[in-house]
Amino acid sequence: MNHTAAHGVAEPLEHRSTNIPDRKILMWAFLGSDVMFFGALIASYVVYKGRSLTGPYPAEILDIPLTTISTFVLLMSSFLMVLALHALRENDIPRFRLWTFGVCLFGAIFLGFQVYEFRAFFQEGLSLQGNLFGSTFFLLTGTHGVHVSIGVLWLMSLLIGSYLRPIIRKDALNLEIAGLYWHFVDIVWIVIFTVVYLVEFV
Amino acid sequence: MALGKQAAEQPGGLLTRPTAARGIWSWLTTVDHKRIGILYFVAGFFFFLIGGLEALVIRLQLARPNQALVDPDFYNQLFTMHGTTMVFLGIMPLSAAFFNFLVPLMIGARDVAFPRLNAFSFWTFLAGGIILNSSFFLGGAPDAGWFGYAPMTNTQFSPGTGIDFWIVGLQILGVASLMAAFNFIATIINMRAPGMTLMRMPLFVWMTLVVQFLVMLAFPAITIALIELLFDRQVGTNFFNVVNGGLPIMWQHLFWIFGHPEVYILILPAMGIVSEVLPTFSRKPLFGYPVVVFSGVFIGFMGFAVWSHHMFTTGLGPVANAAFALTTMTIAIPTGVKIFNWLATLWGGQIRFSTPMLFSLAFIAMFTIGGISGVMLAVPPVDAQVQDSYFVVAHIHYVLIGGSLFGLFSGFYYWFPKVTGHMLDERTGKWVFWLMFAGANITFFPQHFLGLIGMPRRIQTYATGLGFDLWNLISTLGVFVLSAGILLFIYQVLRDIRLGERAAADPWDGRTLEWSIPSPPPVYNFAELPEVRDRDQLWYQKHGPKHHGGGLPEKPAETDQGIHMPGQSWYPLMTALGLLIFAYGLVYNLLLAGLGLVAVIICIYSWAFEGVGGYHIHPKTEEQS
Repeated sequence: MNHTAAHGVAEPLEHRSTNIPDRKILMWAFLGSDVMFFGALIASYVVYKGRSLTGPYPAEILDIPLTTISTFVLLMSSFLMVLALHALRENDIPRFRLWTFGVCLFGAIFLGFQVYEFRAFFQEGLSLQGNLFGSTFFLLTGTHGVHVSIGVLWLMSLLIGSYLRPIIRKDALNLEIAGLYWHFVDIVWIVIFTVVYLVEFV
Repeated sequence: MALGKQAAEQPGGLLTRPTAARGIWSWLTTVDHKRIGILYFVAGFFFFLIGGLEALVIRLQLARPNQALVDPDFYNQLFTMHGTTMVFLGIMPLSAAFFNFLVPLMIGARDVAFPRLNAFSFWTFLAGGIILNSSFFLGGAPDAGWFGYAPMTNTQFSPGTGIDFWIVGLQILGVASLMAAFNFIATIINMRAPGMTLMRMPLFVWMTLVVQFLVMLAFPAITIALIELLFDRQVGTNFFNVVNGGLPIMWQHLFWIFGHPEVYILILPAMGIVSEVLPTFSRKPLFGYPVVVFSGVFIGFMGFAVWSHHMFTTGLGPVANAAFALTTMTIAIPTGVKIFNWLATLWGGQIRFSTPMLFSLAFIAMFTIGGISGVMLAVPPVDAQVQDSYFVVAHIHYVLIGGSLFGLFSGFYYWFPKVTGHMLDERTGKWVFWLMFAGANITFFPQHFLGLIGMPRRIQTYATGLGFDLWNLISTLGVFVLSAGILLFIYQVLRDIRLGERAAADPWDGRTLEWSIPSPPPVYNFAELPEVRDRDQLWYQKHGPKHHGGGLPEKPAETDQGIHMPGQSWYPLMTALGLLIFAYGLVYNLLLAGLGLVAVIICIYSWAFEGVGGYHIHPKTEEQS
């Protein structure tokens, strides 16, 4: 994407040292920080793994088939995200709206799975207070859920915005930045799914 | 100065873009990096004075043995708040003041990349400072030391609200620091003037960039640690609950993974300032510029590999201790390289002993002393002997006062003419310097002895006859000398900001771009974007050969639209206000927290849809008319 498109029509052409838009650098910097946020949370989980003094223990209640489905849904949302950005760049507005709606829907389905899972675990006796597994598991996956929720809200806002005002070239950048965030949240889930769920059954 | 016509487009938020050019509203809604820099300085200096006052009471309490000026409970609050204040509300915002005012000027930009986000960082920082300090009046301040070791900070051992204030206050300050870091990374990467390659950037800008990366990568560790502690306290989780298997060492790791990069966040800006001041007052380029740059980067990088030297006595084992001792000593190498490069910069130069230069020279000497005691502490057996003693207190004050603070004072005397348009009187300035220099050394040098003969830190009083009496008295007397220097400094600034001699654009025969524009700089900074062909661009413009450097990229032609200035905005302040309510809510009432969160979300949406706003300035046509 060239420089002019990045800044839209409203701002005059201003000098920039690189061809990367400011806002994209900002998002990359935030993601750099977010890596460390999740790094600290995952580290907490790993350090406390196997140190719970009472149950329920992970292997007893983690439901791999269920979470595999929700993981697949989340990964597919990333695929739709790519399609949505491509459509917007091609100026194909109906498809852009369709795919963006798809991303939000898939994100919401993932969150639905998470709510269901949290409820089920809670009924089986896992809680924030009960043992270390509960504390670390809920804080880690809960933080990830908050990230997904923010992503869904953000993309919904972009989608609704596309009906309220004319679409300008800057919107492609907005969507690309939201997409960076969305893909990142997906990648983090792959790590969490591996470290929390899969490793338990190796 | 006549402002250009208001941009036609209408903002879409709840509030219109404010346009006040002067008065309190203009400061509350400002997005100008220079004004935000001044706000950072004033607020940071105010908190610095509070932290200094706390230190003064601590020293008065310790002046003589068996005193009871303050009770042990309040003493704990005092040293906790002294440390927290000086680190997060003193040195960091004072450094941020320099980043804000100077970085855009030094790289030849008209503002930071995100002016509103910049204002948000400031107001959020202020909110954090208010939360922390208000705890004194709301049931007692935090009292568990500036690193708040769990489980001492859990509800069993710290039942009051003090620790809650500490947690939410630091979280809010973290938000402010992180937003500023993202903003400055984008600014420095993307807004350098045409021709200013990375290796032509002034050293101060380089060190700013390193610091922002440190903030970006280090703050998440403490954020997560604080969230876990907050959950432990308010929800009853087990992160640091030993009864259910939680590990106290976990807190220490998370805290110091943040905590050690944090000390480089405090010292690197000062190193950047000194690297600007020494060449100017020696009339020589900085010796070994690339080596100094890479040393700074290396120090920042290694800052993430040494945290466990704060935990040598926790029983990590000989292998871990040896590894962290080695990485810690490795840091002495780039630091030593820098010190020798500064000395080599002086060598053969035409040295002027102006006040900024004196502070920079004192920086080298005192930072070297603090650095050497740092290397001593990097040796685990030595650390085992002196840990938690006044030797450590002496070390940290030599690097933070003799290092960070003297560096910042050097910068203050150096750039004051640029910021205010007035010179600071040299005679008073030298008095300030000598009082502060003598005061700091009288206060903190004896603390080395106190530590070595076994005086522990964080004790409210001590028995007589242990050999502590004399050194403690001397140390306390030194505080009065230091305080006299600070008071004289305040008097001098208040006097010279109005009565000081008018400053020329370039009073020191400077080397960097900020000296090429008037003092104080106009709101748009540069009428025309500078073209950079060399390091020390201005120096070559003034004294160098006509043609030098090369590889200047095409500059986009300046259109007759004039200079686009960002519009002022209410939302940075209001979003920070929402965060303030949210934070108090976390301490007192979750309903209030929810209310604050809703306010923040509304503000963020209004902010996003506020529109570009702004106006255009035509400096050239104004000059002609």
